[in-house]
Amino acid sequence: MGEELRLPIAADVDVVEARQQGRALAAVAGFSSGEQTVIAAAISEIARNILMYAKKGEIILSLVQNGDRQGVAVVAIDQGPGIPDIDRALQYGYSTSHGVGAGLPGAKRLMDEFEVDSVVGRGTTITMKKWRRTI
Amino acid sequence: MEVPILRQGQFLIASIQSALTDADLSHLREALIAQVGRSRCRGVIVDVTALDVMDSFAVRTLRDIAHMARLRGAETVIVGIQPDVAFAMVQLGLTLKGVATVLDLEEGLAFLHGRTQERTLEVKPKKPSGRG
Repeated sequence: MGEELRLPIAADVDVVEARQQGRALAAVAGFSSGEQTVIAAAISEIARNILMYAKKGEIILSLVQNGDRQGVAVVAIDQGPGIPDIDRALQYGYSTSHGVGAGLPGAKRLMDEFEVDSVVGRGTTITMKKWRRTI
Repeated sequence: MEVPILRQGQFLIASIQSALTDADLSHLREALIAQVGRSRCRGVIVDVTALDVMDSFAVRTLRDIAHMARLRGAETVIVGIQPDVAFAMVQLGLTLKGVATVLDLEEGLAFLHGRTQERTLEVKPKKPSGRG
């Protein structure tokens, strides 16, 4: 616990690597295979966003704990152009890159916690977490 | 990772063997659309059984393949979407609206056989009725 996995994102193979590592970590945390796929899909979306908008960045994966709840945290960091209008970027179907507009809002829907910290001209940090259901 | 495209009768079968990058997916789209014309095929099956994740890019590319193939005269069917992948797709809000999906390769072949027969019947010229 407390260990971090830092994965550089600079090419589309890195997106695949990041989501596979995320799936493996989710398996360690005890997530069901369905939830592992959900976490992998969310990582895929935000890692692709790094490539598309910032060209390069980093994904940091770690296990987190809150009381007796276990989860996975995914932090995506880039020094790209930043997001001028975060509310809009989180709207389904909105895209400035001819994409589907499902990237950020999609990832947000998949995860339990989702936080965007972005400064135009400086970069973007997205922190998202998924907690294991304990029922 | 290149996706092998096999020809079976008048159908093409693209069988994805592992996780694909965005570039791999785009390449698959180009290769399939080119081959639809080259081999004058009537149907395309994309087998996604081995795909680890179907995210927005993958879904868009599959939809593009289906629509482009249709413009080139071939029907497309996606086969082998795994339960976990379907679960994540629904949560992501991604649909393959307008694209045929069936359970597996066998169903895919049956689907295309049905579809292409239908189409052959449609274009058959009507027999002249009566003697005039």
